[in-house]
Amino acid sequence: MQALLDQLDALLANNSIFTLQTLSFYGDGLVTTVQLVFMSLIIGLILAIPLAIGRSSKNGLIKWPIFLYTYVFRGTPLLVQLYLIYYGVVFVEGIQESWLWPVVKDPFVPALVAFTLNTAAYTTEIFRGAIKATPKGEIEAARAYGMSPALTLRRIVLPSAFRRALPAYGNEVIFMLHASAIASVVTLMDLTGAARFVYARFYAPFDAFLFVAAIYLCLTFSILYLFRFLEKRLLAHLQPMT
Amino acid sequence: MATTPIPLEVRNITKRFGDTDVLKGLSLEARKGDVITLIGASGSGKSTFLRCMNLLEKPDAGELIVHGESVRFKNTAKGREPADWKQVVRMRAKLSMVFQGFNLWAHMTVLENIIEAPIHVLGKPRKEAIEHAEALLERVGLSHRANAYPAQISGGQQQRGAIARGLAMDPEVMLFDEPTSALDPELVGDVLKVMHGLAEEGRTMVVVTHEMGFARDVSSQVIYLHEGLVEEAGKPADVLKNPQSPRLKQFLSPKY
Repeated sequence: MQALLDQLDALLANNSIFTLQTLSFYGDGLVTTVQLVFMSLIIGLILAIPLAIGRSSKNGLIKWPIFLYTYVFRGTPLLVQLYLIYYGVVFVEGIQESWLWPVVKDPFVPALVAFTLNTAAYTTEIFRGAIKATPKGEIEAARAYGMSPALTLRRIVLPSAFRRALPAYGNEVIFMLHASAIASVVTLMDLTGAARFVYARFYAPFDAFLFVAAIYLCLTFSILYLFRFLEKRLLAHLQPMT
Repeated sequence: MATTPIPLEVRNITKRFGDTDVLKGLSLEARKGDVITLIGASGSGKSTFLRCMNLLEKPDAGELIVHGESVRFKNTAKGREPADWKQVVRMRAKLSMVFQGFNLWAHMTVLENIIEAPIHVLGKPRKEAIEHAEALLERVGLSHRANAYPAQISGGQQQRGAIARGLAMDPEVMLFDEPTSALDPELVGDVLKVMHGLAEEGRTMVVVTHEMGFARDVSSQVIYLHEGLVEEAGKPADVLKNPQSPRLKQFLSPKY
């Protein structure tokens, strides 16, 4: 153990890249990335639940506009959506004079909007599939026992669908984390932004990007672990009894 | 005449799917303690008839009277619909259904399945619902599986859980839709034993079944359906031992 620490010490002593200053760039980048991903996932999730219910509706006036939205946002690259929102807002008539300007001027906000709309579209479709896969017999039993459609949705369909959606949603969370790397192209100093900065400063691509890759890996493993824990608890009904 | 209302009366139900008349005017009267079995070949309409009784299928015409209360209908562009959904909820709560495929809610334990509708439909206090559920689990011999999920227990255990779920509503009538048809032969007996016990304690039951032994031993009335009409009906001793119509004779004769 001591030998390992000594080795690490020697490694750090001999480098001019990973100083306290650059490490603090990475630290700030980590905070930005986590904030961006976490906030867009939470807002996206809140949007996706009613959208998925609407998407499963029989009413065409509700169903088709939502489908159009998910189709467009799943059918175009996230990077293009980000560019459109980041560069596009400037061209909205009068926005530079309005109170919104200080808010949307910050690259964090357009990035948040783009990521939120994107993850909401994917999450809507994940949930819609899970809602659609609710066994017919379970819905019939709910009706036969006097549950109203709203009560059936709340007590039977959604709890069962969320559980079914959990593994696919876990993937979506990891995809979002990785997709957030493109936020750096609109000047946002997220993790990748920090790595790009360090690379440009020292012209050391391997050091800069391997380090950031390791941080992403740690984040991914935390998410995996969280979802494994959730699945173990919430999908107990699919596992054989021990 | 009894002074309490008749649990379930059905008069002249008709139902068509597309161009096919499935039910051509069927009636039934389940008095307190009656066990009525509906038998017939596949496609004779017996399951559809049963499903019309709690409006899982909407009958095109006919009357439905649950515990003295006639279900009101209105005519809409889509056909005849119940006029008052609150009334439907009320009548459904009085008729518990047991399905061929059990249809337990998979994300809930057996106990949670049983207390779900009493709490959220009848508004029963949770504690009371749990006590009742535990007594019912004891009764169907499933106490040791109360906290298992449906996928973790056998079909026979699931069906007994489903029967307990039905009983938890304190229903006027229990409707059984081929409750043993999806079970392995060695599991059928446990379920039939529970149903037998219910009949003995005076539960009003309407049972769609292929179990002729059950029909013969337990029911107070047997109705043989053919192509949406009653072909023969009466006491099991008459209908099953001494069938009159050639079709029923053939239906009851050994198949192999």
